[in-house]
Amino acid sequence: MAAVLTVKNLRKSFAPGFIPRRKEILKGVSLEVEPGEIFGYLGPNGAGKTTTLKCLLGLVFPDSGILTLFGRPHLSLSARQRLGYLPESPYFYDHLTAFEFLDFTARLFGLKKEERRKRISALLERVGLADAGRTPLRKFSRGMLQRAGLAQALVNDPDLLILDEPLGGLDPIGRKELRDIILEQKRQGKTVFLCSHILQDIEMICDRVAILVAGRIMSSGRLRDLVSEKIEFTEIEISGLKQEELAGLGESLAGQEGRILLKVVGEDKVDDVLSLVLSRKGRVHSLLPRSLTLEDLFLDTVKSS
Amino acid sequence: MRRIGVIALNTFREAVRDRILYLLLFFAGATILLSRLLSLLTVGDRLKVIMDVGLAALSFFGALMAILIGTSLVHKEIDKKTIYTLLSKPLRRIEFLLGKFLGLAVTLLVLLSLMTVFFQAYVLLLGGGMNGRIFLAALYIFLEMVLLTAVAVLFSTFSTPILASLFSLSFFLIGHFSRGLLTLIRKIPAGFSRTGLRILYLILPDLENFNLKTEAVHGLPLPAAWLLTSAAYGLFYTLFILTLAVIIFRRRDFT
Ligand SMILES: Nc1ncnc2c1ncn2[C@@H]1O[C@H](COP(=O)(O)OP(=O)(O)O)[C@@H](O)[C@H]1O
Ligand SMILES: [Mg+2]
Repeated sequence: MAAVLTVKNLRKSFAPGFIPRRKEILKGVSLEVEPGEIFGYLGPNGAGKTTTLKCLLGLVFPDSGILTLFGRPHLSLSARQRLGYLPESPYFYDHLTAFEFLDFTARLFGLKKEERRKRISALLERVGLADAGRTPLRKFSRGMLQRAGLAQALVNDPDLLILDEPLGGLDPIGRKELRDIILEQKRQGKTVFLCSHILQDIEMICDRVAILVAGRIMSSGRLRDLVSEKIEFTEIEISGLKQEELAGLGESLAGQEGRILLKVVGEDKVDDVLSLVLSRKGRVHSLLPRSLTLEDLFLDTVKSS
Repeated sequence: MRRIGVIALNTFREAVRDRILYLLLFFAGATILLSRLLSLLTVGDRLKVIMDVGLAALSFFGALMAILIGTSLVHKEIDKKTIYTLLSKPLRRIEFLLGKFLGLAVTLLVLLSLMTVFFQAYVLLLGGGMNGRIFLAALYIFLEMVLLTAVAVLFSTFSTPILASLFSLSFFLIGHFSRGLLTLIRKIPAGFSRTGLRILYLILPDLENFNLKTEAVHGLPLPAAWLLTSAAYGLFYTLFILTLAVIIFRRRDFT
């Protein structure tokens, strides 16, 4: 199947201030998003994620590179018709209520009156703003604006949903609801492209990720391939034993109030530690197998660049 | 066209929910009412003084409204980044700009109509009659407001609201004094500087084309040819400015 979104060798530089010394923000970014997947575009602040999106949406013009949406040039209106976009820290018109704002957005897509009314009340319900439809947007909190932003991105029932830092301003419940909405899109066969510098809550649902650091993609692929499920080491917290008795079994990480935190590599060694503790009538307080997480990978990539 | 209308409607809505406009309307109304006070202090035809002051108030506050909402409403979209969401929709940049312009023009039309009707009612109250010339003068004030709006939109596409307001205000002032150049041209001998001044006059806007005040107040003849050229002048100047605005806006990065 043809890719929903492609970026080929995208370069973009800005010339800040009056001195025409250009700063290259994107240094040849390439990526492809397949239909029906949740694609995570991850990277630290200032890596160039938002700039990539702005190029795709026609808000800024790239220096070079080829961008397509649904196999068409990215600026084509018919591609936009099938797209939903939630900008970073969204801000909307002060003078409109949530309902009026969504109605305005839906009109741009050419939705008929009856259709608009139905869709908007369903969406307000969906994003948890059912009671705030008649409230002016200027009275919205940061998290409520984020929800309104999500609703406007969904107003045309988009085949591709692009979210920039969607967790911003959301409380834990909001984050859970957002995750549900993203998964629901996927269930309906839609594609989701999300940018984030926060991994928590996001990494679990991405089918594929690309990690952008300083304008270059450092690694990309299926989450499963990037992050091995192999257990790297096990952390065991025990008490009732002396440090010296554990020599050779593992690395002692910390100790408090007679407890020892051991980093043990290999399953045999774990068994050894447990039987030793048993024979000495010591106690095991916790046992935690650790595998490489996306966060570790992320930190490694950023460090090595 | 539909999308231009959607943007225009939203712009109109935003403008009429803005309190600053009501403040300006209030001041315009107050000035019209005060014209009676001025007329009592002068000798001669009192109604003429009222007409004079009233039309001047329409023209001045009209220009102020055009510049103020023109610069603030376009810049606000960029500054508050509402334009990010808009331009990601199936909407061309030119449609956005024209919609914005159209919405502003409709807003100004409503405001100016309110002021004009109020003024005519006041004139009636003070013993004057229904005067078609008031409405004709207002129509030309409207043409000037539309041109000023285009100018405000143009400056807002690349500068801050304060600068854009200052530029637009300069355009307004230069436009009303540029006719002075003609007197100057007539006085100095033919030569290099006279040609230079002539070219300068051609480039600079001449907003006195839209000033029907003297004719309206004193009942002087208004030749149709002159009315038509003035209207055409306003139309083409507006189109020219809008084209410039579109060219700048088309390739702009929004960061
Ligand atoms: N208009 C601009 N002029 C100069 N530098 C800019 C401009 N816009 C963004 N940048 C720079 O581009 C870099 C990438 O920004 P951005 O794409 O927003 O990163 P991210 O979304 O990954 O946090 C940042 O270092 C930022 O300072
Ligand atoms: Mg960003």
